[in-house]
Amino acid sequence: MIRHFLAKGLDTRVVIALIAILASAVLVPLANLALPESHPLHVPTYLLTLWGKYATYAALALALDLVWGYCGILSLGHGAFFALGGYAMGMYLMRQIGTRGVYGNPILPDFMVFLNWKELPWYWEGFDHFAFAMLMVVLVPGILAFVFGWFAFRSRVTGVYLSIITQALTYALLLAFFRNDMGFGGNNGLTDFKDIVGFNVQAQGTRASLFALSCLLVAAGLVLTAAIVNSKLGKVLIAIRDAESRTRFIGYRVATYKTFVFTVSAMLAGLAGALYVPQVGIINPSEFSPGNSIEAVIWVAVGGRGTLVGAIVGAVAVNWGKTWFTGVLPSFWLFALGGLFVLVTLFLPKGIVGTWSEWRAKRRAAPPADATPAPAE
Amino acid sequence: MNATVRRLARSALLLLALLAALPVLATVARAQDISGALAKLTTDSYADTGEAIAALATSGHPRAAVIVQAIQDGRLEFDEASKTVALRTAAGLVDAAEGKTLASPPAGLTPVRVNNRVRSALSAAMGALTLMSPDPLKRREAAEAVFKSRDQGALATLEAALPKEGDARVRSAFEAARAAIVLYKTDATEDARVAASDILKARADQDAVATLRGLPSDTPKRVRDAAEGAAKSIETSLALWASVQNAVYGVSLGSVLLLAAIGLAITFGVMGIINMAHGEMVMLGAYTTFVVQEVIRAHAPGLFDWSLAIAIPLAFLVSGAVGVAIERGIIRFLYGRPLETLLATWGLSLILQQTVRSIFGANNREVGAPSWMSGSFEIGNLTMTWGRLWIVVFALAVFVGLILILKKTPAGLQMRAVTQNRAMASAMGIRTPFVDALTFGLGCGIAGIAGVALSQIDNVSPNLGQSYIIDSFMVVVFGGVGNLWGTLVGALTLGVVNKFLEPIAGAVLGKILVLVFIILFIQKRPRGLFALKGRAVES
Repeated sequence: MIRHFLAKGLDTRVVIALIAILASAVLVPLANLALPESHPLHVPTYLLTLWGKYATYAALALALDLVWGYCGILSLGHGAFFALGGYAMGMYLMRQIGTRGVYGNPILPDFMVFLNWKELPWYWEGFDHFAFAMLMVVLVPGILAFVFGWFAFRSRVTGVYLSIITQALTYALLLAFFRNDMGFGGNNGLTDFKDIVGFNVQAQGTRASLFALSCLLVAAGLVLTAAIVNSKLGKVLIAIRDAESRTRFIGYRVATYKTFVFTVSAMLAGLAGALYVPQVGIINPSEFSPGNSIEAVIWVAVGGRGTLVGAIVGAVAVNWGKTWFTGVLPSFWLFALGGLFVLVTLFLPKGIVGTWSEWRAKRRAAPPADATPAPAE
Repeated sequence: MNATVRRLARSALLLLALLAALPVLATVARAQDISGALAKLTTDSYADTGEAIAALATSGHPRAAVIVQAIQDGRLEFDEASKTVALRTAAGLVDAAEGKTLASPPAGLTPVRVNNRVRSALSAAMGALTLMSPDPLKRREAAEAVFKSRDQGALATLEAALPKEGDARVRSAFEAARAAIVLYKTDATEDARVAASDILKARADQDAVATLRGLPSDTPKRVRDAAEGAAKSIETSLALWASVQNAVYGVSLGSVLLLAAIGLAITFGVMGIINMAHGEMVMLGAYTTFVVQEVIRAHAPGLFDWSLAIAIPLAFLVSGAVGVAIERGIIRFLYGRPLETLLATWGLSLILQQTVRSIFGANNREVGAPSWMSGSFEIGNLTMTWGRLWIVVFALAVFVGLILILKKTPAGLQMRAVTQNRAMASAMGIRTPFVDALTFGLGCGIAGIAGVALSQIDNVSPNLGQSYIIDSFMVVVFGGVGNLWGTLVGALTLGVVNKFLEPIAGAVLGKILVLVFIILFIQKRPRGLFALKGRAVES
């Protein structure tokens, strides 16, 4: 299996992307930590955190591309899995604050003291252990996706209906997390983090490590998703995407395949959320807003759905554009984003990477036509 | 003319009533002498002040109300040494008892101080005193105050005023207040107290329950049983009213959902286009209303009551035109690719929001209500605003109108033909692209009309549409795609369920439960409540 994957899964595109990601995982933190600030190649810490954030978005886009690009499940609720992973991480970080909160309560986070709660709710137990929290980061989104997918795919809810109910799912979670009595900080969410596994979250070294970890997550996610889509399983997924009924009639259990890939994708999204939270320093219910999930879809669409590398390219490109626009022309960002949705679906249905490969393939096909008449000696 | 006569007659009656009441009052109060009470006001003790106020309230003295009011306003001043009590008015200091200007006011005047106990004595006294006010509204308020305070001192005044009261509502308020006092009066006969609890039963509201339940434990058992029985029967009727209210409010919410979703039932339900910019069509309709009202305010203020009637066709045209432009410009290239349509229209919704934000600003815009839509009315314990009622009527009218267009007009026939079998319709000579644009325009135009109505109950801001988009999709999917009746049933069901869940679970949790319910429901019936049957299901 592994040999098979190495032979077939790592095509040139994936290899180039892996090299680029791993190189930046090493070089960018080095440029931040080792080079003096006056050096022209020095990377300021804020930029490091910003690109770390892009990396977590790229991992989310990868997760979405796996289900949308290869299995035809357009999830408009992937932001929910991302946010759930983020909340699990946030809960761990909250417990690490200890007595350094405003109220100095050794057990209860500040917002619980403020709400006059006497003891920690049962679902907060265990989140002071890093390993347990990390387990929850993958398990909570995974279980939710499994249960949701189990019901939805078995009832053959497909296409836009599935999109609409995934949107309803994230909307319901948004409303739920806004409630104070849910015990997740309500409107304000979780913030004011201090330490992560003993290191100060604000420290330069921690930030550099978080960036490197985010890059590693993207690389690992890329290897994993490439392995899945290039395996036999991946072929079935593509068959489901292109002709679901026919695949079912041939004898494949479509619902099982879909549930599996949806769950894996949700876990990857949860991990991305977990790395996102310590870098931005806050997690609040607005991460659940349906708009965020749809934005993630456009990253994949811009980069090229069903290309994996495209998802990463799209996530980074769109978010870099967002940062640039909100700095230069804040009121035009929504025009640009809206226009992007329209133009990409109309004129660039294969996205940047897809169009690029097509163009390359055409060129490769064309030159031999010119080359063959070249006179032989 | 008629009204003037009636008003004159009423004042005459009132005057007669007052005249008749005066001698009674005089005997009830025994003495109009308030010097004792005034003297108590000069001791600067809260307890004495309270007693003095109670004495003033029952004195029947013509200036009692003025004095009590002055204490409330902090304008009553006293001098302990000379036992002077004076009122500070705009014209200067006047004697409290007689109202004559004080020629040589003492130097050491200080205001009568009040604390919370005095304040409650004051409001009770004011209640008793205003029972005689010529204004029926004031009398009713006073009766309510007495009902709450159960001030024994007001009983005499009430009993004097009761037989003379002409206004039926004030009269029942008086009776309830008297019953509340008698119920708590330890020296009243048991029969009188039981009768009082029966009178309170007729009042049938939460305050009456509180009064009936609040009896001290040393009350005779018969009285307590009667009170408990009355409270129970009130609670039953209140619970009934609460259900009625939930149902009515639910229908009201359902009609809002229906308005928001009905356009979507055309574009999504009939045509199968996922129009994520649907909410923005609603928003455009609301902003059209705003613009129409601004123009009317500036140029023809007299037409303001007609502003909504003018806005409805305009909103239909604006949203419909934008819809046709969207269909011709974008959606027609994406037929057969529903997920791409979803993304493109989502992008459009962002662009439309930002456009409106750039033109009108990000803040809420105020849309006024015409006079015939403002105010409210009561049926039993139920309060309903006229605006809400009109929206229910309007939603149903739009629904019926749409059904008629689809079923009774040639254009509707063509629309149904194209959606049912495009190739065959085309072969019969129907210009399908034209019909597509028309149908989509109709759906968007209806959304614009919905915006006119929603501008009356929601904030008109660029985000208006976003708050309805998910609800609208839920309604259409729940009701069954391609079926307008399904949308009607879906909207009303969701509205009523939401309102019945709200008191149990709270507004937000109720909404979450409804969403979860719909998600589960779609698993069970992926095609909604009223699914279209046929072979075309797999598409």
